[in-house]
Amino acid sequence: MSATEIQSPRSGQIAGKPESGKIDPKYRRNGSSRGNFEMLAWLFMRLSGVVLVVLIFGHLIVNLLVGEGIHAIDFGFVAGKWADPFWQFWDLAMLWLAMLHGTNGVRTIINDYAEKDSTRFWLKMVLYAASAVIIILGTLVIFTFNPCPVVDGVQLPGGFCPA
Amino acid sequence: MSAELAEPASKIELPAGVGGGGEIPTFDITLRVRRYDPEVSAEARWDDYKLTMYGTDRVLDALHKIKWEIDGSVSFRRSCAHGVCGSDAMRINGRNRLACKTLLKDLDTSKPITVEPIKGLPVEKDLIVDMEPFFQSFREVMPFLINKGHAPTKERLQSAEDRERFDDTTKCILCAACTSSCPVFWTDGQYFGPAAIVNAHRFIFDSRDDAGDMRLEILNDKEGVWRCRTTFNCSEACPRGIQVTQAIAEVKQAILARKI
Repeated sequence: MSATEIQSPRSGQIAGKPESGKIDPKYRRNGSSRGNFEMLAWLFMRLSGVVLVVLIFGHLIVNLLVGEGIHAIDFGFVAGKWADPFWQFWDLAMLWLAMLHGTNGVRTIINDYAEKDSTRFWLKMVLYAASAVIIILGTLVIFTFNPCPVVDGVQLPGGFCPA
Repeated sequence: MSAELAEPASKIELPAGVGGGGEIPTFDITLRVRRYDPEVSAEARWDDYKLTMYGTDRVLDALHKIKWEIDGSVSFRRSCAHGVCGSDAMRINGRNRLACKTLLKDLDTSKPITVEPIKGLPVEKDLIVDMEPFFQSFREVMPFLINKGHAPTKERLQSAEDRERFDDTTKCILCAACTSSCPVFWTDGQYFGPAAIVNAHRFIFDSRDDAGDMRLEILNDKEGVWRCRTTFNCSEACPRGIQVTQAIAEVKQAILARKI
């Protein structure tokens, strides 16, 4: 089987692109950017969106509707939830998915609307830094949360913890 | 003597309004055309033309009237003038349309009708844009049949179902109405654009073609199908009624199905 080797116009030969006239460099796609990042980002947006609908509505129902509803929310309520690994995981998943989903959305908006490469680069750097701070801080809070903090052997005021 | 030879008056009573151009209602319009001539000024401007047009006239007829009777310097592209060649795509009242398929009577004639060049491509003069970046993207998706087998002695047969699969995307006339209606394309022009994806779709889903994977690989680019935001501007703009956004979604799914 001697199949003819067909070359993609975008593969290999850099100067061999088929083109007839001069093209404004603004329209030129610089090099081929292979890899599946954009595809995975697209897929992640759809999947995380579906999961987030469940997580967020579950969160809202449990916090605002069940039992005494919104009147039950106080420091003790949150402390009680985070004592349970199930809610720790729930909130962790919500934090990570929402932050990554939102960050990717804003990244797309920056890609679409920033006209200069340098503007695009710096906006994205600010975005990534902000997201990283929030994700790390949030994760730390969920895992290191202590409802009865003791400093220098003295319990901090709050009144939720048994002495 | 000669007076007796004069033609007798007609015996048939014609109702008023019949004869000449009177059968077709006329109306007055103002056509506001975006003018740009780099040899005169670097700034584009609007020129208004007041015209009396017939109910059967299209925007292209109004442009012809201006060019032939009022101002010969107005420049625009048109070839067949019947919606087949795709030369006269322009932005009419803010929407991408073929001037030869848009009847004036269907537009709001109480206000000036604006006619601009399609957006996102470099304007060369008046309504003429440089189509080269558009065609470059078209070329890069390899819009031609690639078959690795031996060439048959007769035509390559295909079932009606297989032909139906890509029927919609065979209708493209490369007018660029879709690509130049896409907000993603407006910003930086790097995106392949709906037209290139439609023409890739036409061969990706052709059972006789063997290079579908290669085209999917090309469109799995940073500037490929994943830049589509499904705003449906392209489907709305297509003068052939191609479901462009759906075609793009099908290409997205084909790439996903291949990778996962």
